Amino acid sequence: MDPKNLRYAKTHEWASLEGNICTLGITKFAVEQLTDVVYIELPEVGDHVFVGDSFGEIESVKAVSDLYSPVNGEVIEINEKLIDDPTKISGDPYGKGWMVKIKVEPGSSLDSLMTLKQYEEQIASEEH
Amino acid sequence: MALRTPLYDWHISHGARMVDFAGWDMPVQYTSIIEEHQAVRTAAGLFDISHMGRLSFGGADALALIQKVYTNNAAAMRHMQVRYGLICNDKGGIRDDVLVYRWPYGYAMVVNASNREKIVAWLAQQQGTFKVEVQDQTLQTCMIAVQGPKALDLCRNLTEADASELGYYFAAPTRYQGKNCVVSRTGYTGEDGVEYMVAAEQGKQLWEELIKRGARPCGLAARDTLRLEAAMPLYGHELSEDIDPLQAGLGWAVKFDKDDFVGREALLGLRRGTVRRRRVGLELEGKRIAREGAAVTAGGQAIGQVTSGTFSPTKNMAIVMAYVDPKFTTPGTTCEVDVRGKPAPARVVPLPFYKRPR
Repeated sequence: MDPKNLRYAKTHEWASLEGNICTLGITKFAVEQLTDVVYIELPEVGDHVFVGDSFGEIESVKAVSDLYSPVNGEVIEINEKLIDDPTKISGDPYGKGWMVKIKVEPGSSLDSLMTLKQYEEQIASEEH
Repeated sequence: MALRTPLYDWHISHGARMVDFAGWDMPVQYTSIIEEHQAVRTAAGLFDISHMGRLSFGGADALALIQKVYTNNAAAMRHMQVRYGLICNDKGGIRDDVLVYRWPYGYAMVVNASNREKIVAWLAQQQGTFKVEVQDQTLQTCMIAVQGPKALDLCRNLTEADASELGYYFAAPTRYQGKNCVVSRTGYTGEDGVEYMVAAEQGKQLWEELIKRGARPCGLAARDTLRLEAAMPLYGHELSEDIDPLQAGLGWAVKFDKDDFVGREALLGLRRGTVRRRRVGLELEGKRIAREGAAVTAGGQAIGQVTSGTFSPTKNMAIVMAYVDPKFTTPGTTCEVDVRGKPAPARVVPLPFYKRPR
């Protein structure tokens, strides 16, 4: 996916909405910060996720981080390949590194999330 | 403001991520922790360890002062030998774990960064009428470790006395580029290797020369995964003022048959103790990593606590060091570790987790 067309959460998740299916992952910046990812826990298909709740975790050699959903909805698909080999997230966080697909309520939007430009400004301020 | 090593500018200009460690601004990683770890296991890694405290002991009673505060026997050391030991409080708790160096003209000691000021003050307090001068040379010098199977080869002919001529845990005062330095065949990674102590202003030159020869810069994060695999204790985790050397599995570094030393009486009593928790290694099922403070349980009962935990790149699994009740210390014993609310099955294994092939 093209990072320009995605929306971003403060907690470094990206989201893409097509129809009522929202795909979530974490950003390249987040992956680079984690560097050595050893474990990814994702919800099960059929689980409901809620804005602000943790839907999983990503663990690196250094530390563990929660994954937060920017939308409400039902998990309809998870990226099993990431569970088998979490290092897959490193090379392609916006493509093969997607994490979950969530069916959202009709009319849901990602308008409250940041654009790429806004997100880049946030990480620039985090780095300093 | 945090202290900076002579290599601070180099770390910053080479993209290191910096963290505060014991009051020092230190590089935690340059690239990937796992790649840095593997560089040390398979080739040679380079560490800035200038934060470690470097003390020199001169005067007629240098040995007497060291013997008084040190659990191992410095009097039995040969010239140029390096020996691990503990400094204890009078209850037998560990004030620090240190390396003592015996020179023909005196002694030196390398102490943990986190304990440097405490130990300097303790030595002054224990000095009494001893004729000894202790100098803290930490800020005037730079300490660099080269570790890994290729470390000795890579260090050849850098200093007048060569590390490859030294036995393991021996050191030599020698010269680097015309100035006094120390080369020491010691380390904290489970690999063979060399530690240099050079004048602060020579640190960058030595560091860059070692990189040119093929050593890969590694941060404190890799140093931690390496020492954990080698089951080397870290002060503030496996060791503290409330933990004694015997329960830490360091009884080999306590010599009761030498002259009296601070903590000896207490440790003699503790030698017969059977209830204190002991340091063990655990391997965990699953890839989730238990961190410091995680509870260890067996049959629903708390039996201990994790002191360090990480992902072992060599074993490709989560490992921890923990203190557990004595009846759960036998290798093969099963237990559980609470990893953020979910129990992970675990098994006691012999330490170290990793031993280098010889």
